[in-house]
Parts: sequence; structure tokens; C-alpha cells
Amino acid sequence: MARETREARQPWLLLAPALTTIFFLLVVPVLFVVVYSFWLRTANGSDQPGFYMTNWAEVVTDPFYRDILFNTLKIAAVTTFLCALLGYPTAYFIARSRGNKAMLLMLLMLPFWISYIIRTMSWINILGVSGALNSLLLSLGVIETPLQLLYNEATVVLGLVHFLLPFMVLNIYVSVEGIDETLEDAACSLGSTRWQSFLEVTLPLSLPGLAAGGLLCFVLAAGTYITPLVLGGPTDAMFANLVFEAIITQLDWPLGSALSLVLVAVLGALVFIYNRFFGMAQLMKGLS
Amino acid sequence: MDNSKRYDRLLDRYKSGDVDRRSFLGLIGAAGLAYGVSTPFAKNALSAVKEVRFDGWGGVVSEAFRKHAFDPFTKATGVNVVDGTFGSGDEYISRVKASQNGEYNIAHLSGVFDYARYHELGLTSTLNEDNIPNLKNVIPKLVDVFRGVTDGKLSCVPFDYGTTGIAYNRKHISDEEMQEKGASILLDERLKGKIGGWSDWRTRIWYAALQTGQDPNNATDMDAIWGAIRTHRDLLLKYWGSGAELMSLLAEEEIYVTEAWSGRVFALQEQGHDIGYMDPPNGFGWQECLFVLKGSPMEECEQLLNFMLSSEASIAVAEGQNYPPALDPAKVDLGKKIPTLPAFDPTGTLSGLTFAKSDYWNGNQQAWSKEFGRIQKGY
Repeated sequence: MARETREARQPWLLLAPALTTIFFLLVVPVLFVVVYSFWLRTANGSDQPGFYMTNWAEVVTDPFYRDILFNTLKIAAVTTFLCALLGYPTAYFIARSRGNKAMLLMLLMLPFWISYIIRTMSWINILGVSGALNSLLLSLGVIETPLQLLYNEATVVLGLVHFLLPFMVLNIYVSVEGIDETLEDAACSLGSTRWQSFLEVTLPLSLPGLAAGGLLCFVLAAGTYITPLVLGGPTDAMFANLVFEAIITQLDWPLGSALSLVLVAVLGALVFIYNRFFGMAQLMKGLS
Repeated sequence: MDNSKRYDRLLDRYKSGDVDRRSFLGLIGAAGLAYGVSTPFAKNALSAVKEVRFDGWGGVVSEAFRKHAFDPFTKATGVNVVDGTFGSGDEYISRVKASQNGEYNIAHLSGVFDYARYHELGLTSTLNEDNIPNLKNVIPKLVDVFRGVTDGKLSCVPFDYGTTGIAYNRKHISDEEMQEKGASILLDERLKGKIGGWSDWRTRIWYAALQTGQDPNNATDMDAIWGAIRTHRDLLLKYWGSGAELMSLLAEEEIYVTEAWSGRVFALQEQGHDIGYMDPPNGFGWQECLFVLKGSPMEECEQLLNFMLSSEASIAVAEGQNYPPALDPAKVDLGKKIPTLPAFDPTGTLSGLTFAKSDYWNGNQQAWSKEFGRIQKGY
């Protein structure tokens, strides 16, 4: 009995440092944010403690916030779709390649060695009026005046895809790598074409990886504010930009808290739905 | 007697039974503690007090401060200056609000309105002016306006001034066209997609007031102002958020015209870019100060402020960052370059510049910054 009790305690003892850290560095700060969301900002920028529903009423009823939230979810969805479209063939190729997998995976990880902000800003040198692409097109005589390629929604999506693609590829790769290749051969031996065996066997079996990558890409895309700030135009703001603006520009921490909790709630709901259908185990597998 | 002999004697006493094990270990621990607090480690810990944190605008401005003021100051006094940067005054005040007293010390603030906001938040300190004798060389008008906010005392010293005028690419916009159109050039349909704008609500409202023929310090028709801001937004390529971004957009010819900070435009001109600069009538004048936050090491801060107001440091920084210093030209010889800088006033009266009235702007800050945030995003 004593041994059973000891064994039952062991996981908790091992988890204790991590749980303590998460409690103090994540749960407690989030609770502070929850409390803050019920306060008010005074005219000079200081906070007025209390229990006011003003910020929540504004966030929920004002169509401005709703529209920006929908726009954010739309951009995140488009980004996720493009990441899946570009990431699947790449992941499949790496998983099925012979001999050079380690090198290909290292190449995939290479972008992480450079700061995300620098990677995002690099597009200015590529797509700018005097950037690499325009210079090339001008020198080839394809265009006479530089094209205005930057600072629109398309460049925001491009920057996000650039940032998030490795997350998608890694998750799909883990999933495809775990599929027994002989299953495809078996399908072919029973009369299916390569394409049919992929559609009927490989794709369904790799869906959990695709979903895990999709979830990661979506959540990270929906929470970004640097990319629209650097590559977006005047009307390409995302929801995280509203949080930044409320807290930094307007010094309205209570409203910023309410806004950030809305974003957490929406993305949390998405994670909940994912967990309901696929389970979090696949996500952890993809991250490992 | 050296420490190793002391240790040997203690060890002998322990081995011979004169000292029990607990006392022996206790004495070893005490010796370690004494060593720790009396050696170079302690010196390092104590020297941390001789450090002042300074936050400024980054880019060429920070480079000028580092090269011409902080490094010579550290060399002369041994007080280290740790310099950080911020993109806007709003960003900095938010950081300060989240910090502990003393974490941030000196900031290169722009405008009296920011100074007043810090005062309202209870973040001002009181400078001992006896420790800043160089303050007597500063243009009196610049000092008095700060005294007015903090009941005759000072929590900052004025350091430089400049304007937010209009920068334009001369390949695409002539000087004559600029003179003719003034602030309205920012609403010119012909330049759609080639216009920039600072994402600062005050600047946007100030220029919208000029575009709608109103007094920027006393606008009466806010609907017209929001309308002008919307028109500008629809013609805009991008709102810029920092001096570095402003310079990049102009230098790369992503934009042809924008309102811009005088010193940054001068820096572009020095780099050989054919960028013109114009202050329209009632253009946005501002004065910057070196503001000392409550809870800072006052003596070190005052020492740094006095050093920075010395004519050598002040002129060198001014030449580096391209903004005229706050030193009175009637009292100090400012050399050859400074009289050529945009916004420079040789009389020292600054009568040609229009500054923002802090009461007016701070009183409307909450509502206007929020409204601008919405319009900026397409509403």
C-alpha cells in the first residue's frame, strides 16, 4: 500500500517544478489580467481599481473589435491553408527520402536560427520598390516602373507563411514518418494507383499531423502583431495589434486586458475543439 | 598572517579536538561570507549603484548620445550609462508604468505634454539645480514651460528642439509645389500610394487641423479633422512607427511625401538623398528634455545632465543627431553646423515655432488616441 502511494506521488513530485513555474509565471499573471479587465482607466492614464463591466461591454458590443477579430481569424485561416498546401509535399518528400533526412531536417530548422523580426523585415529588401524582385524585373525589361508589392494583406500572409511553414512541415513529417510504407505498397498490389493509395491510405493516416500543424499555425498566426506592423498597410491590423495599442499607445491596460482575454478565449476554444476530435497527444508528438 | 595559515591553524584545532565539527564548519562558512563581501565580488555589486539607465529614440539619435555624451561621461566620472530605446513616448510611459521605482532613470522625452503626463502620474522627481550649473545656458523659454507644470521646480532639463514638418522627394515633388500646397500635399490624389504618415495620433490630428484650416492647439471642428485623417489614410501606403522606418521608406522611395522629423530628414540629406523639408505655417514644433524619473539616483543623474548641457557635449550631440541644442545662442557659440540645421532659431526666442499646449492635448488624449486607432484601421 505504502509503495503504491509512493508510486502515485512520484509523477507529481517530478511535475512539481514545472507546475510551480507554470502556476507562478502563467496562471497568476493571467489572473492579474482577468482582475485588470474589470478596472477602469482614468483620464491621466492611471488605473481605477474596482469591478466594472465597462471594458467587457465595449469589447463584446462594439462591431469594431468583432470585425478586426474576424479579419484576424480570416488571415490566420488563409495562412494555415497555405502552410498546409506548401508544407505537405515538403514533409512527405522529407519523410520518404532516403539517406539525407537529417540534412533536410536541419535545413528546415535553419530559419529558426535567425530572429523572427529580421526574417519578417527581409521581405522589405525582397519586395520593396528598390528590392531584389523589382530590380530583377526592371533589369530584365519585364516592367518599366517598380511594382508596389509591399504593405498589403497579401504580404502579411506571406510573412506569416514564411514564419509558420516549418511548424507545419515538422508536424506532418512526424505523422508521415510513422506510417508504414508497406501499406501503400499493399494498396498498389490490390490495384490502386500511387495517387489512389496516397489519397486512400497515406493522407487519412497523416491527418492528425496535418491537424496538429494546422492548430499550431492558426494559433500562432492569430496571435501575431509584428508581421502586420512590419509588412501590413494602414488597414491590415490584427487583433493583437489592438491589444498592443490599448496597452502601449492608449495606456488603457484594463481595456487591453479584456481584449487579450477575448483572444485567449477564442483560441482556447479552438484548442478545445481540436482536443475533442484529435486529442492533444498528437500535438505533443509533433512538438517532440 | 595569510588566509591559508589561518585555515591550517583552524584545521589543526579541529583535528586535535579543540573545535567541534559544527563550529569548524560554521567558521569556514563565516570566513567564506567575509571573503565574499570584502573582495572584488562586493566591489562589483556596490558599483552597480554607479549606473544610470537612459532611454531614447534609437537610431542616429542614440548613436550621437552614446558617442558624444555617454562614453565621455563614463570616462570622466566612472558612472556607466546603460542606454535603451523606445519607439514612441506612449510606449515608454507604458514601460515605466509597469516597472519598479528606480528601474528607469532618465528619458529623452518629447514635448511638454509628456512631461505633464508623468507629473500627473506622480513620476516626477525634483532636481537640485545647484548641481546643474550649465542649466543657466539654456534658452529660458524652454525651461520656464517645464517649471509651469511642476510648480516652479524641475524634473528635467531641456536638451534640444525640432519640428515635425513635411519631407518630400524632389524627383517627384518640386519645391514650388510644396510651397503652394503645404500640409495639403498629404491629401493629394496624384500621390496615392506614395504618401506616408506617422502613426502618432497627435501628429495626425495636428496636420489634419492644418489641412482643414484650424488652429492645431484649438480645433473646433473635429468631424472635419477625422474626415481629413480618413482621406489621408485612404491615400497612404503605410503608417510608419519609428525614425528608422521613416528614413528607410523615404530613402528606398517607397513613399514620396510624409510628415517627418527635421533631424532625420537632415540625416537623409547628408547621406545624399534628394529629400526636401518644409515646415508649413503652424507646423509642429517640439522641445525635448532629459527627464529624471522618481526613484532615480539623483546625484548621478544630475551629474549626467550637467555634463550633457556642457557646450562641448551638447553641441557634439546636436551635430550628431541633427537637432538644435537647447543652449541659448545668445550665450553660447554653437559653431558652424548647428545654424544650418532645420528649425534652428538664431534669436533663441523660438517665436517662429508653434508648440503643443499640454493641457489641451492631454485633456483629449484618451478620446482622441482611441478614435484615431479606429480610423487608422479603416473605420
